[in-house]
Amino acid sequence: MTEPPISKELVQKHGLTDEEYRQIESILGRQPNFTELGIFSVMWSEHCSYKNSKPELKKFPTSGVGILVKAGDENAGVVDIGDGWAVAFKIESHNHPSAIEPFQGAATGVGGIIRDIFTMGARPVFLLNSLRFGPLTENKSTSAVVAGNNRKLLKGVVAGIAHYGNCIGIPTIGGEVYFDESYTGNPLVNAFCLGVLRHDQIRKGKASGSGNPVFYVGAATGRDGLAGAAFASRELSEESREDRPAVQVGDPFMEKLLLEACLELFEQADAVVGVQDMGAAGLTCSTCETASRGGAGIEIELDNVPQRESGMTPYETMLSESQERMLIIARKGKEKLVRDIFEKWDLHAAEIGRVTDDGLMRVKKSGRVVAEIPAAQLANDAPVYHREARPHPAAIDTRGTTADTRGTTARNGSHEFPNFKNDREALLNLLASPTIASKNWIYRQYDHQVRTGTVVLPGSDAAVFRVRCGETEKYLAASADCNGTHCYLNPRQGAKMAVAEAARNLACSGARPLAVSDNLNFGNPYKPENFWQLRECVEGLAEACRFFNTPVTGGNVSLYNESPEGAIDPTPVVAMVGLIEKKEWITTQAFKKAGDLIYRVGGAGKGLGGSRYLKELLGEKRGPLPEFDFEKELMVQEAVRQGIQSGWIRSAHDCSEGGLAVTLAECCISGREGIGATIDLEGVGRSDEMLFNEAPSRVVLTIAPEHRAVWDALAVEKALIGEVGGSDLKLETAGSTLIWKVEELHQFWWNAIGRLMDEEAC
Amino acid sequence: MKFGILQFPGSNCDQDCFYAIRNVLKEEVVYLWHKEADLQEADVVVVPGGFSYGDYLRCGAIARFSPVMGEVKKFAASGGLVLGICNGFQILTEAGLLPGALLRNRSLKFICREVCLRVEHPLTPFTLHYHKGEVIRIPIAHGEGNYFAEPDVIAELKKNRQIVFKYTDAEGRETPEANPNGAMENIAGICNKAGNVLGMMPHPERASESILGSADGLKMFQSVVYWLKINRAGQTPSAPVRSAEINLAAV
Repeated sequence: MTEPPISKELVQKHGLTDEEYRQIESILGRQPNFTELGIFSVMWSEHCSYKNSKPELKKFPTSGVGILVKAGDENAGVVDIGDGWAVAFKIESHNHPSAIEPFQGAATGVGGIIRDIFTMGARPVFLLNSLRFGPLTENKSTSAVVAGNNRKLLKGVVAGIAHYGNCIGIPTIGGEVYFDESYTGNPLVNAFCLGVLRHDQIRKGKASGSGNPVFYVGAATGRDGLAGAAFASRELSEESREDRPAVQVGDPFMEKLLLEACLELFEQADAVVGVQDMGAAGLTCSTCETASRGGAGIEIELDNVPQRESGMTPYETMLSESQERMLIIARKGKEKLVRDIFEKWDLHAAEIGRVTDDGLMRVKKSGRVVAEIPAAQLANDAPVYHREARPHPAAIDTRGTTADTRGTTARNGSHEFPNFKNDREALLNLLASPTIASKNWIYRQYDHQVRTGTVVLPGSDAAVFRVRCGETEKYLAASADCNGTHCYLNPRQGAKMAVAEAARNLACSGARPLAVSDNLNFGNPYKPENFWQLRECVEGLAEACRFFNTPVTGGNVSLYNESPEGAIDPTPVVAMVGLIEKKEWITTQAFKKAGDLIYRVGGAGKGLGGSRYLKELLGEKRGPLPEFDFEKELMVQEAVRQGIQSGWIRSAHDCSEGGLAVTLAECCISGREGIGATIDLEGVGRSDEMLFNEAPSRVVLTIAPEHRAVWDALAVEKALIGEVGGSDLKLETAGSTLIWKVEELHQFWWNAIGRLMDEEAC
Repeated sequence: MKFGILQFPGSNCDQDCFYAIRNVLKEEVVYLWHKEADLQEADVVVVPGGFSYGDYLRCGAIARFSPVMGEVKKFAASGGLVLGICNGFQILTEAGLLPGALLRNRSLKFICREVCLRVEHPLTPFTLHYHKGEVIRIPIAHGEGNYFAEPDVIAELKKNRQIVFKYTDAEGRETPEANPNGAMENIAGICNKAGNVLGMMPHPERASESILGSADGLKMFQSVVYWLKINRAGQTPSAPVRSAEINLAAV
């Protein structure tokens, strides 16, 4: 078994530039060997080092009151929720694996994010996900074959998420799904997990204390997940000849054991110094990062690493991305305790090495040193690049309007939006369009009620979950949002609106926002237009997070999301977590009671730019986006919060995709039993613009009649537009009356995705 | 009253049952680890939902060989109360404590949703607090809940009044549309002939508080407590065969 010699070609195949290679030589003071080259290549990949996005990520606000662990310091951020309790949460992508193998790609995405959370010492309590696919049906830019493939991807991804989350027993309680041509061939699968812990339970991913033992726990290592590095392994050994899938295979039962064993171990005082999951770059990343954080060195012997295949080389063992594995730095003398707990759960706990004080990551194979690299430099000194940015043409040329690089939408009243000319049908079609339609076909495949905390079921603005904090209980709200169309047309404003919408969703559920985890999904950053979108979005997100006082506690960057047709729409997914301080404040979107008064808060809105109406019914994706104003947004949210906390508000629903008409329809049909409403919209101009514009900062809410006077006295832009009752949605606009049966609206909305997926709707 | 909740490594509704019994029902409750052949003198054993040993083979197929299940069988044979929920139901059928089997759902997909159940038989230790024909709302969450048994077994079940819950619509009508998984006869839960072992696919612990959308499941745990109280005199586990009916008549 000989290792290939280091050549210019080999360096290139590892995705390292000449300059990066020179830096490696200077760190080592010599030429790297093959294993070391592999180690550098994964640690300095975009995925692990953020080398192309780091300067941008620094723009996020990351600290604030209540932030206990900051972004970038550990596997996930930790935020205070009071009474000595905290939440750890994070969102992460598994886009590329899911494109290749949707079931396992999505499943292992869920597994990975769950590990990030319990690595922090938290018990994971719920999951969300944010998904993007190409259109499910044939249209002018989507062939029948492509649409069929998109359906296959949706089916596989949902089944994969369900498989992992359901088995491990963590409920998937909400999320969002969009369908758009730009995601054909490159679906997005972003998974979010939140866990709960006491402040004193926070675990760090550091190795310190020379002589402390290093344990490898969980599943054995195989050759799965060698991905791009697989080429090399084929040249290495006889046994690696057969093809291995580049996508890892998930075992949720194994992870359940790992989760329980780790949490049980963490309860033991002084047994554990540090812990880190083996995700991307597996053993490599976990060893050098823990050593680097602890200011120490680490030495491991690969012969002691549990392996499920024979003949694995050091290169393969170090680069494997086998799932369900963790690295635990225990305290010397606690070895038996560690072993006993893992044995109870029938898991490997192999002592593979120890902490040293020389700052080196030293890897041995049968006693012989096969890699020796300064840990801190490997973990932290990846090159950082400032990429070139050039405004994306889509954001500039939106038919006679411009968005300058600062993102202010130019207003141009002269251009005309096309008109579908049948408002009644337009609403039904929008309700049946997959992006707006009920996602029950999806969320009913997820166990969304295990852990008996799901207080607001999937389908409302924000998911609300009761967490058990010792003998007390707390109510958390969480929402994931991003309108890719908006970000495509105007990245900066689209990103701001994503944060605003997440905060508004939380406000509508009765919550006060705490913090954000973001998932930046973009195209190849080497293309200046893509990098411009990334930069614009980051700056928009940063500004909005600062404004709403919701620091970014971490997240993930996924670049190179492209298919031969081009890059995806920029999709910076914002997952926001909030706290509902009293049980009585929990509010849902469905109309509750006949006679309740319906208000539209935040104005009538103007302009159809960026709307689902233009996109779904008229096939146009164009701006300009409606105006957005931070101060107005905050006023609306504060009014909603005040109304809820005062007990005036019976229901509240954020007005977003599909505009006011879709919002009203959803209020009628999303309760256990539907209920109608009579609406009278005053105003001039086009009725379709009034019904379907997607101006931000708007909410539809109901007030119990007895609270009308106090509510009316509240200073916020609002209008009484109708009353709850009956079995029809009756809408008067500019001289015409539209009537839909609630049952009819429900039918279009509830069964749309199931019908497209050729399944019975049950 | 002491509840014992089995804990297989892949159980994931164990904590939910524990919470419902301790915090809502306010009764004593302990976990019973699968490797230990000891029921800790529990008055009633709950086999909770989850994926026992991963269940990659067949739900509950391995669990029946576990040390604790040997004790559960003895306990059941001597009349002890055993409640199997979801994966617990699957395990009880695999272990031979209940007849029939749970096949993959008709849709071949996992289904999580609230369903309506009609109480067919209120005279078991688990259903005393319900009325016959009462429609209750309890969530389901399973991929393999499609109850199947040979025709003669179904006939037996009917004859012995072992069918305890059926899937119906909100009005209590036993329609095909109200059947979420294709179960024969819309069966959602059955008991053994003696009435002391109950298996059901829906999750009563998920319907034990109104904030979760329904508190209809709590009555099941309350029934168990009530039944045990009125049977205390005879020293549990006394012959409970049909004793619910007998004792009920006496109350």
